[in-house]
Amino acid sequence: MSAIENPVVVSAREAAPPRPLWQVIVIRPETMTLVLLILALFGASLLSPYFLDFGYILRSFTLSAEFAMVALVLTMVIIAGEIDLSPAANMALSACLFAFAQQAGIPMPIAIGIGLVAGLVMGAINAIMVIRLQIPSIIVTIGTLTLYRGIAQVIAGDKSIRVPEWFIGVNNVLMAGIPVPVIIFLVMSIVLGLVLGTTIFGRQIYQIGTNEVAARHAGIRSQRIKMGLFLLMGLVSAAAGILTASRLGSVRYDLGLGGELQMVLMAMLGGTYIFGGRGTILGTFLAAWLLVIVSTGMTVANVLPAVQLVVLGVLLVVSIIATNAIYSRTQR
Amino acid sequence: MNLLRNIFLRREAGIAVMIVLFCIAVGAVKPQFLTLDSLRIILLLTPLIMIGAMGQMLVIVARHVDLSIGSMLGFSAMVTGMMFKFYPEIWWPVGFLVSIGIGAALGLLNGVLVTLFRLPAIIVTLGTLNLYRGLTYIVSNAKQIDRQFVPSALKSMSQTSPIFGIPWIIFISFGIGLLTYGFVMHTRVGRQIFALGSNPIAAPLRGIAVNKVTLLVFTISGALSGLAGILYASRWGFVNPSNTGSGFEFQVIAAVVIGGVSINGGVGTVLGTVLGVLLLGCVAAALPLLGIPGTTQSAIYGAVILIALLIDRTVRQQGIASLSRARA
Repeated sequence: MSAIENPVVVSAREAAPPRPLWQVIVIRPETMTLVLLILALFGASLLSPYFLDFGYILRSFTLSAEFAMVALVLTMVIIAGEIDLSPAANMALSACLFAFAQQAGIPMPIAIGIGLVAGLVMGAINAIMVIRLQIPSIIVTIGTLTLYRGIAQVIAGDKSIRVPEWFIGVNNVLMAGIPVPVIIFLVMSIVLGLVLGTTIFGRQIYQIGTNEVAARHAGIRSQRIKMGLFLLMGLVSAAAGILTASRLGSVRYDLGLGGELQMVLMAMLGGTYIFGGRGTILGTFLAAWLLVIVSTGMTVANVLPAVQLVVLGVLLVVSIIATNAIYSRTQR
Repeated sequence: MNLLRNIFLRREAGIAVMIVLFCIAVGAVKPQFLTLDSLRIILLLTPLIMIGAMGQMLVIVARHVDLSIGSMLGFSAMVTGMMFKFYPEIWWPVGFLVSIGIGAALGLLNGVLVTLFRLPAIIVTLGTLNLYRGLTYIVSNAKQIDRQFVPSALKSMSQTSPIFGIPWIIFISFGIGLLTYGFVMHTRVGRQIFALGSNPIAAPLRGIAVNKVTLLVFTISGALSGLAGILYASRWGFVNPSNTGSGFEFQVIAAVVIGGVSINGGVGTVLGTVLGVLLLGCVAAALPLLGIPGTTQSAIYGAVILIALLIDRTVRQQGIASLSRARA
């Protein structure tokens, strides 16, 4: 029997029927994050009525806003098929350099510039090792994570470096009732979300992460784009480090220690696919709020920091399993 | 002559030359570095890293990485220490079984997560790194196990032994090295780890049970971390919930990559890893002698990892170049 006589069978064999629209919209990792966020908010409000106060949540968010900003860029890096574990160490080193410079009498704007340039250089080192020299980003950034924090330790020693009184407390400055770090995070989410979701550049990031060889054959300058992402990562980490310095009022080498877990966790909880090519800024945005509510809720409920560490570790593993399951069921 | 050339062409020769050059350079500045005393210091610095490095080598050869070894070390050391504290009547060598068993169980959990859910090891072990550390705080109630609770027989293992007064832990670490050598060179499973790492797609086609081998590799890494855990109690005489084993993974990964184990999997030797560990030991022993503060250690480990990666890449590229020359 030829194919012309029985076209229905052939087409059925070639393509699966399209999934109904509601499935495409509902069965997504971001939906999972949103549901969890609402559940967490509900649970937390049972725990303490403070959680119904929006200002309280905003103030709690300032504690993680720096990590959340970096997590947004990390999401793009992971979508492009790479990973960066060094941003928390980058934050520490650029904050140390910044604090050291302004303590040495360098005017504040130049000191901030030094911190940002340092972050950019650290991003460039990662980029050169990963892209020019083709060494896997996982192991490179484990190395630079140790190196950057080690250099921070050499610079700061065991002491803490103070920053001037007027520079402290950017987290207490309100604009339209919202703390400044949260505003920065919101603006970054919108800008990066638009870039990733609506521009050609953003689509190219997805293509690189899905199949880099194919992307290069399609004329996408994958190396240049990934280079740019690593540089952006360095710059944003440095800015986050300086913001943290302002929030804490002093800089120690262990600033943001262990932050890589929280950043990766935000990206993973938001449904970013660990093997690249899938994920959204919206997911990471929701996950950041989810994480803040969970950790603040645990602190309010007097959960020991150690137990919180366990919860974060378990959440990380569970969230990748769930994300993988959703993607393998629906988006093949 | 040919034999000599073959020896020099090997990757391990480069590391050995680096060790010798480093020792000569430090010895030129501080002659007391070239004495038996500092050899003793170097050898006492290395056993824990050596034992951890053997497990990590197997994991990296199989194209994974295990970041949780420091926390596994901490957790198994803590549970063993609590056994010593609350059940002092138990014969102390049982601690070895407890520590290794707990480490193996934690490693097995890593392996299950990696194989069952097909997750990348780096993210899984980043999660369990924090998970196990948190569990260590919980079981210990954030309290340290002090010196008086660790059996003195265990502590003396790090001081001396009947054989020339060389501490037992040095024998144990080199013994583990020999065992690993036998395992990877002379058993079927050992060779399968290399086959799996050099080509994960071809390995199952050759009849290798990929999941079983992966599980085994993570379990061994955990068990060796457990062994390193009780030896930590022996060496330092205390177990602290936050310090014990933290940062251990970076030292071990540094040692393994200097030792020429390729992060792309499938390449690595026990001898190279041992030499990598010794080189790190030399560096760590030389720092205080040269008056460099201990705070630089972490930076040096980081730099060492990156330099080793660069060397690994150069070697790999030359290998590819020579292959294509041979074909042309």
